[in-house]
Amino acid sequence: MLLSIRDLSKSFPGTRALDGVDFDLRAGEVHALLGENGAGKSTLIKCLTGAYRRDAGEIRLDGEKISPSSTSEAQELGIGTVYQEVNLLPNLTVAQNLTFGREPRRFGMVDGKAQRELAREMLDGYGLDIDVGRDLGAYSVAVRQIVAIARAVALSGKVLILDEPTASLDAAEVRMLFDVIRDLRDRGLGIIFVSHFLDQVFALCDRLTVLRNGRKITTETTADLDRVKLIEHMLGHELDRASEEAATTDSVADDRPELLRFEGIGRAGVVEPFDLTIRKGEVIGLAGLLGSGRTETAELMFGVRTPQTGKTRDADGPVSHATPREAIAAGFGFAPEDRKTHGIIADLSVRENIILAMQAHRGWTRPIPRAEQDAIAEDYIAKLDIRTSDADKPVGDLSGGNQQKVVLARWLAMNPRYLILDEPTRGIDVGAHAEILRLIQEITEEGMSILVISSELDELIAVVDRVIVLRDRKHMRELTGEEVATDAIVRAIASSDHAPDAARDHAR
Amino acid sequence: MKKTLMMSAACIFGATMASAQTVGFSQIGSESGWRAAETTLTRQQAEERGIDLRFSDAQQRQENQIAAIRTFVAQGVDAILLAPVVATGWDSVLEEASQADIPVVLLDRQVDAPDDLYLTAVGSDLVHEGEVAGEWLVNEVGDSECRVVELQGTTGSSPAIDRAQGFRNAIEGAENIEIVRSQTGDFTRTGGKEVMESFLQAESGNEICALYAHNDDMALGAIQAINEAGMNPGEDILIVSIDAVPDIFQAMAAGDANATVELTPNMAGPAFDALEAYWADGTEPEKFIQTESQLYTQDDDPQAEYEARKDLGY
Amino acid sequence: MKRAFLRVLPQLLTLAALIALVTLFFPQFLSVDYQAGRLSGPVIDVLKRGAPVALLAVGMTLVIATRGIDLSVGTVMAITGAVAAWTISAGWGVGAAIILALAAGIACGVWNGCLVAIFGIQPIVATLILMTSGRGIAQLITEGRILTFTDPAFAWLGSGTLLGIPVPTILWIVAAIATVVLMRRTALGLLVEAIGINRAASALAGVNASVLLIAVYMASGLCAALAGIIATADIRGADANNAGLWLELDAILAVVIGGNSLLGGRFSVAASVLGAMIIQTIDTGILLAGFPSEYNLVIKAALVLVILVLQSPNLADHWHFVRENVRRRREPEPSPDVKS
Repeated sequence: MLLSIRDLSKSFPGTRALDGVDFDLRAGEVHALLGENGAGKSTLIKCLTGAYRRDAGEIRLDGEKISPSSTSEAQELGIGTVYQEVNLLPNLTVAQNLTFGREPRRFGMVDGKAQRELAREMLDGYGLDIDVGRDLGAYSVAVRQIVAIARAVALSGKVLILDEPTASLDAAEVRMLFDVIRDLRDRGLGIIFVSHFLDQVFALCDRLTVLRNGRKITTETTADLDRVKLIEHMLGHELDRASEEAATTDSVADDRPELLRFEGIGRAGVVEPFDLTIRKGEVIGLAGLLGSGRTETAELMFGVRTPQTGKTRDADGPVSHATPREAIAAGFGFAPEDRKTHGIIADLSVRENIILAMQAHRGWTRPIPRAEQDAIAEDYIAKLDIRTSDADKPVGDLSGGNQQKVVLARWLAMNPRYLILDEPTRGIDVGAHAEILRLIQEITEEGMSILVISSELDELIAVVDRVIVLRDRKHMRELTGEEVATDAIVRAIASSDHAPDAARDHAR
Repeated sequence: MKKTLMMSAACIFGATMASAQTVGFSQIGSESGWRAAETTLTRQQAEERGIDLRFSDAQQRQENQIAAIRTFVAQGVDAILLAPVVATGWDSVLEEASQADIPVVLLDRQVDAPDDLYLTAVGSDLVHEGEVAGEWLVNEVGDSECRVVELQGTTGSSPAIDRAQGFRNAIEGAENIEIVRSQTGDFTRTGGKEVMESFLQAESGNEICALYAHNDDMALGAIQAINEAGMNPGEDILIVSIDAVPDIFQAMAAGDANATVELTPNMAGPAFDALEAYWADGTEPEKFIQTESQLYTQDDDPQAEYEARKDLGY
Repeated sequence: MKRAFLRVLPQLLTLAALIALVTLFFPQFLSVDYQAGRLSGPVIDVLKRGAPVALLAVGMTLVIATRGIDLSVGTVMAITGAVAAWTISAGWGVGAAIILALAAGIACGVWNGCLVAIFGIQPIVATLILMTSGRGIAQLITEGRILTFTDPAFAWLGSGTLLGIPVPTILWIVAAIATVVLMRRTALGLLVEAIGINRAASALAGVNASVLLIAVYMASGLCAALAGIIATADIRGADANNAGLWLELDAILAVVIGGNSLLGGRFSVAASVLGAMIIQTIDTGILLAGFPSEYNLVIKAALVLVILVLQSPNLADHWHFVRENVRRRREPEPSPDVKS
């Protein structure tokens, strides 16, 4: 075994990013690392490359225990990394980039000729016919990617980590890159391939490991695994029959009055036009893989992006939601996926965060009296069990789960009729998970309608009445009643008419 | 004054005899009233002498000036006036003008270049200006004790250094005159006013006998400060400054200022005189033509001097 | 109230220490006279001379609270001063001069605010445009010279007194109080802080970030216009080249000495104007102490450095630690030998 990781754990305040993860990499294999956002992929890689110090567990390379404390130390040990945003210098020449930090010298000066010679040697075997004397920036992302790989291999030479290398490449470039990767595999390197393009994983990788919520779910041989199974692993399928039953019992309530009707809402390059009707007190789930258009659907509904097509109406007529302010005025609320950058205002207090939307809606000339602010804040701190020493503590000092509750409190204080929750349980600990799910059920009982986006299928099924499945920025299927079950959802996501041609070429 | 009029009359006569000469003028910009007046007077002088003046405003950039000089050379002008924005970096372009046999006259500021690359430089002697101001004060106070406060120009600038030096040269022999406070007012009215206020606080007003300001603008600011402190500028505190901008004559007419030393914006007059002599029979002028640093006091009909200057663009 | 006092305590202590230091070199620093219906003395000079920077600091505080910066305020002073002087010389009267100058300041603010809020240009770049080009506009108005006037009513704004107090002093104090009231008695302060800390999240919570951003740049322009009016009235002339020159940097410095973060968020207008007074005390102190002018900038730089180092967060932690230790030593734990 080239690289073996045992029982690796890493925690951040409020979350457990990695929880006892095992991982093995053989020499001469391409091993995919899969998982949704927040599953722990990047934490694992950062622990491997020395960017993070692990809390517990051991890493062995060629049987030796290693504990890199910096990227350069990891490189010297033999672990090289190439990121999606190539971390080379576009304004230096290819040769300078390749030999950076170990330039051949003559009389103390950099020997340009020897430098170019060395660079050509390093690129030998990568099938690149480029002028190493030109600026790196003159070449395409794919070429830069390969130059970065060549540099990483030359410096390290045992383990190569590729983090989302194909995200900005076109089909032909992907093919070129894959040839290079296969060649390196055949030369005996161990390659870790991080991607969320499943087709590419199937085309390229020998084995794959799935992470979810900081835990290793499974390691499988790619050839033995079908797509449905893989998606099940990624989105979770450990649920028992109970939650499915919960879902089916709810599906009787289709006679609830209609609240909102979205018709043909869409925006070019974001989400294709979709129709969606929402009933009072209903919980709707959006399911799909990363990049399928889930978050974008929410953003169109809340006016974060303005819809180009379609209209929305309620019982009283048209509803405008072209901007967040309009959406709020229409009685919408939105707790976004990235809590830190789009949810909380970290330096403001818990109280100020809770009353912010309310205050913005009232207008600046009508401040909410301090006594009323305190009352609202105390009310929600008690109701949602927000754990904070007092209401005037900066919200940034709270744990992830409590921050999420503050964002929820902000919207509940507005008493919206339609609340959108994008990944409400992402990155919060297990206890808070359960509480948030309980809250969702509680507030719908009061008649509020909710749209939930989640990568956790078991969670989704536990709370929703209906599920919309998205794929490739398109609303593909609506599942109701007994169909609201992981198997059906996974099959809907996986139904394979969407593999990009390039990757399919490779599969052959 | 009369003499210069007669001289220029003679020049007009002379110029009309020859075919009209063309002169290119590369001016720094219009960063101060004085600079604007220099431009106006150069245009006036050229018009009076029948010279065709080609004007180029460099907007404080040397590269603009170099481009302008190259254009003048290409146009084959008969002479070039240059008010250089900086002292260095002129060698090659002056060389080009010299190769084309076009005489260059520097106005107001000097350059660091071999002096055979230009015909002459016209300018004032900053030390001398300070001396004229100092001498006026020495004569004015006679034997009585006089504590002087000084408003300096921008710290480290050559006018500030030279005008301070000249003034000290002039009062060196006078034991009764002493500079008690000296501080920079950055050549601005606001600076002059603020610093004068602090002088009045620090030296308890009535012990100050005179103010020497490195330019008129600071003096004008200081006059306001003295007024607001309830004292009478021009009587309680004598005011002498340098530049002779129009507003200081108004203050003199009102009795608020006592004397100013002129830094004439008419650099072009002596320049054209030298050029005309050169064109006529190749007379090489001195390498530095010093303009007169004339002293004006309340006796010189300040109101008339104000009227004469107010439309020059100061 | 107690919290507000604690917020400005470091600035008050700094000011007190500075005054003590200046008094060492110039013993009559704190003496105030009353003659001919006006107060005079070095302290009064500080309160009057500090008016432009204090006014600029008020507006700058709000801009910096939104994570922006306004480099154009010095130039806006020159423009508004030129507008005021031009209006007076055109014979339209004091009222028109003030209104037009304030309008010009607001217009400059709208320009800056639109560049930042609507076109998304970085504040430092957006305001740099006006900073560099604006003096040209002012020069066009004054035709390149110092545009003087002799209107006593307008000059009163710069050098007059009301109840013995210089008018500029009254203007900046009123402006600062009005701003504090406007920010803290309405919800504006909270909303400004919210967009400064996290504009994206604030917008999602329904805060009208664009309008607020334009509004703070307008406020900054308005403050600069007031400062420009004072500077122009003070010397009875509009000096397009020198009015407000480099004062934007003093204003930023005042905000920083006031303990406000350049990264936006929580702000204190009171602390900023105290910062402006600290800077003016240094300036006036240097003038009064009578050092050669070559030392002015060195002394100022050294004092500012000391102040900022003493106020730095790292040192603040250290102070806290020292204080805790002292407190602990003063209140010794009940020692066992008392019992025995």
